Amino acid sequence: MGTQGHATPLMSQPGNVGIPVQNNLPPLPGGSNPLVRPGFPSNANIQQQRVPSINQDFSPTRANTAMLHGNRYPTIPAQRVSSQPNLQSTYNQQFQPQFVHNQQYNTKPASGYNTPNFNHYQNVSPNQSVVNQGFNKLWGAENYDLLQTANILPPTRIEPPQITLGNDTLNAANCSGEIFRSTVTKIPESQSLLQKSRLPLGILIHPFKDLTHLSVIQCNVIVRCRACRTYINPFVYFVDSKRWKCNLCYRVNDLPEEFQYDPVSKTYGDPSRRPEIKSSTIEYIAPAEYMLRPPQPAVYLFLLDVSRLAVESGYLHLFSKVLLEELVNLPGDSRMQVGFIAFDSCLHFFSLAEGLSQPHEMMVLDIDDVFLPCPDNLLVNLKDRMELVKDLLNQLPSRYNNSYDNNSALGAALQAAHRMMSATGGRVTVFQASLPNVGPGALTAREDPNQRASAEVNNLKPANDFYKRLALDCSSHQIAVDLFIVNSQYVDIATISGISRFSGGCIYHFPLFKFERPILSEKLTNSLRRYITRKIGFEAVMRIRCTRGMSIHTFHGNFFVRSTDLLSLPNVNPDSGYGMQVSIDENLSDVENVCFQAALLYTSSKGERRIRVHTLCLPVVSTLHDVINSADQQCIIGLLAKMAVDRSIESSLSDAREAFINVAIDILSSYKLSLNLGSTPGGLLAPNCLKLLPLYISALLKNQAFRTGTSTRLDDRVQAMFEMKTKPLPWLIQSIYPDLYPVHNLEEQQVILNMMEEPVHVPPHLQLTSRLIDNNGAYLMDTGDHMMLYICSGVSQVFLKECLGVPNFNMLSDQMYEIPTIENQANQRLISLIDYLNSEKPHRATIQIIKDNSPSRSVFLERLIEDRVENALSYHEFLQHIKAQVK
Amino acid sequence: MAFNFSAFAYIIALIVDAFLIFFSLFHVIAFDELKTDYKNPIDQCNSLNPLVLPEYILHLLFNFIFACSGEWFSLVLNIPLLAYHINRYRTRPVMSGPGLYDPTSIMNADVLTKCQREGWIKLAFYLLSFFYYLYGMIYSLISA
Ligand SMILES: [Zn+2]
Repeated sequence: MGTQGHATPLMSQPGNVGIPVQNNLPPLPGGSNPLVRPGFPSNANIQQQRVPSINQDFSPTRANTAMLHGNRYPTIPAQRVSSQPNLQSTYNQQFQPQFVHNQQYNTKPASGYNTPNFNHYQNVSPNQSVVNQGFNKLWGAENYDLLQTANILPPTRIEPPQITLGNDTLNAANCSGEIFRSTVTKIPESQSLLQKSRLPLGILIHPFKDLTHLSVIQCNVIVRCRACRTYINPFVYFVDSKRWKCNLCYRVNDLPEEFQYDPVSKTYGDPSRRPEIKSSTIEYIAPAEYMLRPPQPAVYLFLLDVSRLAVESGYLHLFSKVLLEELVNLPGDSRMQVGFIAFDSCLHFFSLAEGLSQPHEMMVLDIDDVFLPCPDNLLVNLKDRMELVKDLLNQLPSRYNNSYDNNSALGAALQAAHRMMSATGGRVTVFQASLPNVGPGALTAREDPNQRASAEVNNLKPANDFYKRLALDCSSHQIAVDLFIVNSQYVDIATISGISRFSGGCIYHFPLFKFERPILSEKLTNSLRRYITRKIGFEAVMRIRCTRGMSIHTFHGNFFVRSTDLLSLPNVNPDSGYGMQVSIDENLSDVENVCFQAALLYTSSKGERRIRVHTLCLPVVSTLHDVINSADQQCIIGLLAKMAVDRSIESSLSDAREAFINVAIDILSSYKLSLNLGSTPGGLLAPNCLKLLPLYISALLKNQAFRTGTSTRLDDRVQAMFEMKTKPLPWLIQSIYPDLYPVHNLEEQQVILNMMEEPVHVPPHLQLTSRLIDNNGAYLMDTGDHMMLYICSGVSQVFLKECLGVPNFNMLSDQMYEIPTIENQANQRLISLIDYLNSEKPHRATIQIIKDNSPSRSVFLERLIEDRVENALSYHEFLQHIKAQVK
Repeated sequence: MAFNFSAFAYIIALIVDAFLIFFSLFHVIAFDELKTDYKNPIDQCNSLNPLVLPEYILHLLFNFIFACSGEWFSLVLNIPLLAYHINRYRTRPVMSGPGLYDPTSIMNADVLTKCQREGWIKLAFYLLSFFYYLYGMIYSLISA
């Protein structure tokens, strides 16, 4: 499916191109104000900003200071909009006459993109000659006038950009874009060139992703560079058949005899036949010298909040049910151990000693100085004590029903967990429902509910460093702590998340959790089932190396940075991603390409020490044009989001929002510079590879993490921020800019084959705007872990009857959380589409059916982020603001 | 040659400044070790953090004596650093113990470079002021 990319741009007739209205109001050179931009590294200097004229009297204005320092988008003065009545109409008319052009889609094989409400077209900037356009298209460098292009989103999924190394073997060997992404696919040769392009430089990595194909090698000697310890990879240079030159530090190393032996053909000879040289993602089974101690067993400890709020939420029912079902699927060998601690205002330990007929509960009331009530049988071998564990899990849901304890001693429970596991290491899973308010690390409610919509957000920083310090202790004992937050009130995620963020854990959040609420309980069940059964790596470290002349600047994700290139990850899981900002320290003009290598050393749940190595190779270029046209917009957004989270926490949210806008302005300005168009004012030009950047940035500004003006609970915001830091890129993009599909006419849509080779009708992606929501349609929005099926009132009764099994719109329930299975083709098509979308997710998404007249429709409508809502600009207004600032 | 209060102030400043030179030397070496991977950031922060407040207090101490002895010029020379110290401590990361350095953010290249530069600048400042205090001491001894 990925081969199609976007549609070929159509050339517009000159008459069709509306001249941007802004041109009538040329920016004045006068009112420039020095403005310190709290920008990302590339623009941390003082810049002069041109202020567009707002008043007709051509007087310089300084209104801009207030505009940019405001905490939301600068609102476009009403006067300006009203004085240009033709603005909206120009915009709207642009895409209507263009319907004729959609034959373009029909020329493609098996194309089904002929729905009338879907028209993808571009207007090529009028400033370029036809010849130029032809050339640019040939090189994939055509540009778009964003203001004139209403439908900018490509119809099919956006695939990672190809990296061209000028050699097919190397291209084929390079690391998959699903694992390793760089913000530019061509590295600029110097820091100054990078700064000129204004692009952030960094890599995003998903190192422990579940893979279908992975070469695993067991050998006596792992070939590594003697100077920098790089693993041999497809991009090394063989000096002769006995020596190789390292591609990171350029040292010439000897090749061991063994390496010339090809395990497949069982012959000696050319070393390039080895799997290490053919593939840049490879896994070694490590020999004994890679172990500091014998590989640890899989140890799982569960900490369960049993305070009154926790019991009321009913999460224990789901927890026990899922764990009972999946106990046999917990990853581990015969040494696997489990343990449980419940906590409210005291700690409840469970002894699962041999010979007991049922679990023995021991309460420790002294939470200020935690001790373990008995030395062993708190963590027990699962195989030996299976019956006792099952017995405990059956009792747990109702065991604390009569407890009315309002306190939660999370800190003490974590200290006990640390003490129990410090000898082995392992994974601690915490379920937390109420604010930890007693014992060590006690917190108070910091959130002011009246400030949820305010422009400045306080309390993003932790309230104390207890959880962080404990996390570092855990990390040094190879213990990771994962949090499942099932709160109904403020629990101060900003503080307690420290325990996971620095110990390599992960955080799941189920706000307003109630066992009785179908979406939430299904979501918890799905996440928990995935969490329990997914692959896990223990006592892991990840080292990122890069070619001499470059260095890793800042790391993003959940881990502890132990040295300049080494991350300590007590646990590693397949659903976490990491990001690194990279800086160029030396001139790279004398090398053709540069490499990044990530090596993840971990203990598998079966007690094997393994090393997974990923190597990414990127060419080096020397011109601004090449750099800008190699940008990877999704990766840039992924990195910017991570940087903005740091900025929000360290500085302020408004700073981060401002930086987002400045990045868009800077990048588009430098693109304009690279085109050498002179001073002729065109529209807002963007190259193909960056055409979605402003769209994504405007989406980020309305995301829960960064929005202002809309009421957002502090915990939800903080959790959204941490997801920006840890979600692997494709899922992150989906949560920033969800996929929207029309599903009322699936039979007309393109057919592709899923993994089982079955046909699936996949509609084109729609932009998130109500302009494209037809009153006679039905739309599926996929936000990653949740889907919404939005049914408009005018949808055909046939659709309702066949797909959802209801006779008419009024009979459709407001509380529908699954698609019924009905024996007919239309229903089958919808279900197979949903299954197809689910197949690439870590776990099934929950689904909710929303009628366009139900009160819950706002959850769908607020995700139509291109529209204007109360005090945030629409996408088009955002573009106009950017346009006014681009020099 | 008589012994007066200014001379006493300069002698104290001279001795304390010698200590401060050692402190900042230690600081520079510690961050260099972090950069070249020799040390674990947790250990390094544990050894650096207890030294922060003593350094600030020692610096404050001889400036207080300067103020008492009416050595206004020497005091003015030190006021920027005093203000910097106060601001630096005020904006430190959330932590329960004394000190400035947080092992989870110290490895960030920006922070590392900033701390290293801070160390060098302070070293230079303390060295220069060492000679100035030496001069100040001799001058006040002679003029008295
Ligand atoms: Zn090397």
